[in-house]
Amino acid sequence: MISITKLEKKFGRLNVLRGIDLDIHPNEVTAVLGPNGAGKTTFIKSLLGLVKPDSGSISIRGKAINGDAEYRSRIGYMPQSARYPDNLSVHEILEMVKDIRGATDDTDEELFHAFNLKTELPKKFKTLSGGNRQKVSAVLAFLFKPDILFLDEPSAGLDPVSSSCLKDKIAREKEAGKTIILTSHIMSEIQELADKVVYILDGVIHFETTVGSLLESTGEPTLERAIARKMKGAA
Amino acid sequence: MNTNTLKLIKYQLRDVMRSRWVIFYLLFFVLVTDALFRFGGTGDRVLLSLMNIVLLVIPLVSIMLGTMYLYNSREYTELMLCQPVKRQQMFTALFSGLVLPLSATVAAGISLPFIWNGVFISHFSALVYLLATAVGLTIIFSALAFAIALLTEDKIKGLGLAIVLWLFFAVIYDGLILLVIYMFSHYPLQQPVLVISMLNPLDLARIALLIQFEASTLMGFTGAVFQRFFGSGTGQLTILLVMLTWIGIPLGWAARRFVQKDF
Amino acid sequence: MEFAMKNLSRRIFILLFLLLFAGSSLLAAPSASPSAEREIRVSGNIAKAVENARPGDVLRIVAGLYEETEITIKTSRISLLADPGAIIDGGGKGHIFIINADSVTIDGFKLRNTGLSHVRDWAAIRVESAVFAEIRNNELENNMFGIYLSRTKDSLIENNRISGGGDRESNSGNGIHLFDTERIQVRGNIIQHHRDGIYLEFAKEVRITDNKATDNRRYGLHYMFSKDSEYSRNEFRRNNAGVAVMYSQNVDMSGNIFADNLGPASYGILLKDIDNSLIGNNHFLNNTIGIYSEGSNNVRVEHNRFERNGWAVKIWANSTRNVFTGNAFTDNTFDVATNSSRHYNTFERNYWSAYDGYDLEGDGIGDVPHRPVRLYSIIVERNPIALILHRSLFIDFLDLAERVMPALTPQTLVDDYPLMKSPLP
Repeated sequence: MISITKLEKKFGRLNVLRGIDLDIHPNEVTAVLGPNGAGKTTFIKSLLGLVKPDSGSISIRGKAINGDAEYRSRIGYMPQSARYPDNLSVHEILEMVKDIRGATDDTDEELFHAFNLKTELPKKFKTLSGGNRQKVSAVLAFLFKPDILFLDEPSAGLDPVSSSCLKDKIAREKEAGKTIILTSHIMSEIQELADKVVYILDGVIHFETTVGSLLESTGEPTLERAIARKMKGAA
Repeated sequence: MNTNTLKLIKYQLRDVMRSRWVIFYLLFFVLVTDALFRFGGTGDRVLLSLMNIVLLVIPLVSIMLGTMYLYNSREYTELMLCQPVKRQQMFTALFSGLVLPLSATVAAGISLPFIWNGVFISHFSALVYLLATAVGLTIIFSALAFAIALLTEDKIKGLGLAIVLWLFFAVIYDGLILLVIYMFSHYPLQQPVLVISMLNPLDLARIALLIQFEASTLMGFTGAVFQRFFGSGTGQLTILLVMLTWIGIPLGWAARRFVQKDF
Repeated sequence: MEFAMKNLSRRIFILLFLLLFAGSSLLAAPSASPSAEREIRVSGNIAKAVENARPGDVLRIVAGLYEETEITIKTSRISLLADPGAIIDGGGKGHIFIINADSVTIDGFKLRNTGLSHVRDWAAIRVESAVFAEIRNNELENNMFGIYLSRTKDSLIENNRISGGGDRESNSGNGIHLFDTERIQVRGNIIQHHRDGIYLEFAKEVRITDNKATDNRRYGLHYMFSKDSEYSRNEFRRNNAGVAVMYSQNVDMSGNIFADNLGPASYGILLKDIDNSLIGNNHFLNNTIGIYSEGSNNVRVEHNRFERNGWAVKIWANSTRNVFTGNAFTDNTFDVATNSSRHYNTFERNYWSAYDGYDLEGDGIGDVPHRPVRLYSIIVERNPIALILHRSLFIDFLDLAERVMPALTPQTLVDDYPLMKSPLP
């Protein structure tokens, strides 16, 4: 479980996060939503340790993450668009991350085979297509069997076949007890994958609910319409 | 050094050594040095000409390339920081990934023509001194580049700042020294001028090389004072210390900023 | 025909005269010196042997250590020839040889330890008011003065190795010291670690050739109030102040090497009040100043190589009508420096490695005149401390600006016909 309490962050005079309290549970896919500039990215980056919060705390399984790097060995992160060193081959990039993780042979190469990346192995990163870069990134996120997965717009740039491969994988991992945090602009994707929705607005959590109860309470058929209605109601 | 750091450096080097600018930089020094041998002849003359090139090209290239390099490594840096990698480790890897290839390139690019022209052994100590200074300048101006790139996120602003800083050290500072010399020409100026020149890393490197390669000029009336100071053991040690300070301050600042900053 | 006859009779007359002269000298010889060619071996006291010698004697000194001082030679026409290994040690108490007679030869000795005096100038070999002295093949070590000639004419100093002692500059003397001399030849000597290597004062028609003066504490060669003299093919290296030529006329300085004379007041050649002289085919290498000229007139400076000097030529405004031509200026920090914007010397057809003009006609002469005086050299002349900016980019910009719009450098100091290639091999 990830517990976040009273998380605050300012950039200059801009209050980006204004006290976020949230518990993220295993066995669930939690989707973090919100309009542009609401603080989504800052929130996720705080969890990854890229942004240092001004106050509040983040703990994973009861252990605070302040200044520690080791906790990240339990996290798999798939960024929106990854840029690894241009002149390294896919093979070398995989080697590098394995090397740094000090990983054993106990790796999850399911996606690697599903994506058919073998032919891409000798290619330099700068010559890869956007889709293939995304695939490499996805493979790396799941490769080390992490407890926690951050997936930032995971299906962006992926072809339908690969995209559904990835979605299946996410569902399987959830069932296996992983904690999964997801952001996406595609509401249908969230509706399909997520159990919980966390909506951030102006640096605070505007609402936090399960997908099922959101649809139920608004009476809308899709998540997109449900959120739109909920926000209209708020305004 | 931490094994994680070494691993990061290893892959960083693998990437950088394949990039185009390293090859250009190497070719530049090989071609220039070889051309000097073709047109100028003796090893002594080549060293003297190289001295100008080292003082001109290395700081400029190091500061410009270094600033750009850190900006371009931004996304990769973020990725690696999402791995169980400490920020200090990443910083060391990034800096080594810039400074080691740059230094190795300069050293190889200058040494190779000396080897195939058959004067490597005979000019070994002078060459080592030149290369040590070149490496010193590379490290100093790379450290300044890192400080600039971490000072502002704006690439254009950063590059502009890099050029201005280089111009300041290479040209403006010396203009100010000359101004001081003219304004206070009735006062005993040797000590103060010595001290202010030492505060500029480029002047310091220039003087260190002058003492080594062109003693005859500096042995003039005032030159003797400089010669005595810089040529002595204490002087050489002072040069080394000031150079280390010039590496330490910007690099220390940059490292602190790197560790504390939000990506 | 009549003319030819007259000529022939004159030749016969000369022949007869020569015959008579030769005959008379043959007849006279036995009476003047009944025991010519006498060779005496000396192994005991040299001074006593010298005292007993008669004109024409050859004293052969056998190998061994002789502890003697003030061996005074008053008999003319005697030769002292030392066997290898003959050493005279002065024990620090005065001159070793004093020559007061004509036609004396000192050959092959090792002479050492004259000692130092604040009152007198002690020398290993002192020649006083003599003619035809010959001093050859000696090895002089740790003496105050090496060879000291005064009021002496028509003499030879050849192939001696002279090395001063210690580091006591204040009272150490010169290697070869010539005072008030005429027609002396100094050649093939090696002089080190003295105050001046070779010192001349009031000399006439002295020829100094093929010597090597290195590591002397003041000048390699010091030349004053002398005229009609020559020094050629010598090598002057690492002398504290280089070579000084002062208050002299008609000096021929050719084919010498001046190298590594470095220091705050160190010159290849320092010229002070020199007239009508020639500096030709010399090599000035790595000196603080190659030629420093003050108050010198009508000196021709031709076909010299100036290489890697701080200042190749420093010429004061009071030097006039000097001509620099056919020289090669290569990689000097400053090729020419001067203290005034006016000057009356000629620079023509020299090679300048700093020249950046072009030769479209292809005649080997640059199409644009060359101004060898840098603005920076003027700055340094006024504020020597500005030397610390040497090779700064800022200084390059200043020099460039001055070249585009000359304001401070002397406009008449210009080589209108700069050579594109060095005329010297």
